[in-house]
Amino acid sequence: MWPSPRSDGLVKLGIRLAALAALIVGVTAGLAAAGRAPPPGLGTWPDRAMIDNGRTLAAIGNCNVCHTTEGGASFAGGRPLETPFGTLYSTNITPDQETGIGRWTAEDFRRAMREGMAPNGRQLYPAFPYDHFARVDLRDIDAIYAYLMTREPVHSSTPPNALRPPYGARPLIAVWKLMYFHPEPISPDPSQSSEWNRGRYLVEGLGHCGACHTPRNAMGAEESNRNLSGGEAEGWHAPALNEGSVAPTRWTVDSLVLYLRSGFDEHHGASRGPMVPVTRNLANIPEADVRAIAVYIASLAGQSTTGPALAATREQLAATDAQDAQAAVLYEGACASCHDRTLNGVPLENSTAVTDVVPTNIIRVITDGLTPIDGEPSRSMPGFRSSFTAEQTAELVRYIRARYSHAAPWRDVEAEVAKIRAEHPSRSAS
Amino acid sequence: MITLNVNGREYAVDADPTTPLLYVLRGDLGLNGAKFGCGLGQCGACTVLIDGEAAYSCVTPIAALAGRRIRTVEGLGTVANPSPLQQAFIDEQAAQCGYCIAGMIMRAQALLDRNPHPSGEEIRTHMQPNLCRCGTHARILRAVGRAAGKPSGAKA
Repeated sequence: MWPSPRSDGLVKLGIRLAALAALIVGVTAGLAAAGRAPPPGLGTWPDRAMIDNGRTLAAIGNCNVCHTTEGGASFAGGRPLETPFGTLYSTNITPDQETGIGRWTAEDFRRAMREGMAPNGRQLYPAFPYDHFARVDLRDIDAIYAYLMTREPVHSSTPPNALRPPYGARPLIAVWKLMYFHPEPISPDPSQSSEWNRGRYLVEGLGHCGACHTPRNAMGAEESNRNLSGGEAEGWHAPALNEGSVAPTRWTVDSLVLYLRSGFDEHHGASRGPMVPVTRNLANIPEADVRAIAVYIASLAGQSTTGPALAATREQLAATDAQDAQAAVLYEGACASCHDRTLNGVPLENSTAVTDVVPTNIIRVITDGLTPIDGEPSRSMPGFRSSFTAEQTAELVRYIRARYSHAAPWRDVEAEVAKIRAEHPSRSAS
Repeated sequence: MITLNVNGREYAVDADPTTPLLYVLRGDLGLNGAKFGCGLGQCGACTVLIDGEAAYSCVTPIAALAGRRIRTVEGLGTVANPSPLQQAFIDEQAAQCGYCIAGMIMRAQALLDRNPHPSGEEIRTHMQPNLCRCGTHARILRAVGRAAGKPSGAKA
């Protein structure tokens, strides 16, 4: 049960007093003043440097993204995760004794992170990316433990998972692990810089970039021989980060740092969908780690580039306009005022959504816009779900592809438009 | 020449097909309810219904609208005989400068048309895209709640 508003007020007052105490006498003493025992297994409260390091690492690992539900307390879990096998609910990883990980020892936490197993011997679903976390140093895992165990405990139970039979049977996970879970430690490559090695360690380990950017097989395991060659996340396409990158302008270290920290780079576009909370987390950590990630990713993307279809050649423009006069009018009326004539809109010849291997992302953005996430002041692009019909949307998507990229036309644009519009059939432009 | 169906009436419009619907409504058809706020689909002052769904008329070219049903605030009621939603806005005095109100009413109408009794949370989520610079949101939410059958003064 939730406390009544009155006792909630008292609890909040207590929390504020505890926070004040922490400010005055330091975190460790503050937590002691709040009457909490140190995490089991540590014996004493961890020091500030360890907690701060854990905060950075937890942000790189995006723990909060899955372990926080919309409008819920950070790390208190309950977020539904749609998988091909049904719906999983993320767990509460605050140090609450009953509903969280308050009774976990550092050793329990290490085992969950590296082996995918809870303290009671229960197998954890690989939606929790322990295939990546298994490659993280114990020292870093312990720092994340120290950080999480010094958060405010939140009493919040996780809804039961809703998986289709037979996937609800956890012993099956042991079989899955036998088949697909063979983590190898990341040993430094001496031919590369320490920055590159740090980046690889973060990307392939804690950052678990491959969880979205690597394709998965029918059993939900990442196809390790196609690492970072493009995958799927919550109905969005996660573009290839390796030499298969479709970015018209080659990613550089600087453009990646800018994109990863601000969510926007004019030569590539805006981070949207499931990438938004990732870039928000990376905005709040020391730049050196983001730069290391950028150095590694930029090295993977290599030389691949077709070059932007630079506002297309005059001939190409005239050809596409004549071929699809109706779409050209829609584009001119709805898109051009921002994308062609202001400094704020991404020039579409630079947009990865336009050159991507599937039209999924551009259809999502045209249909529902770039909707603001929690705390953003406004949207940067409106959705056109109710302005355009499905047919008009498809026409426009094909037109933009032809006009602003050198790539071959997409197939099945209509089917993808229909699928995306069917998700929220009655949602208005927002 | 494009034929537009606005509030159940057909209008033959002689305008460039790339022209935003808002300009045609206000400049050609004399329907001045929808307002020009930002012109970028960010504020919602220009909101009208297209085939029953709220849309930004400032970024919708008329070329997209042949054969589709457009509804503006003028299509709801009259000064003498306001619609229930308009009456609710009057009863709650849900306007200060009033510039955003036609858009607010039309966005709310889209919700009430498909769900006559939305919860307070549903109303808040649905109305989220429209901005009011005067800060009259509390009254606006109350007005929509009133039209949705909630008692006056109830927290939307």
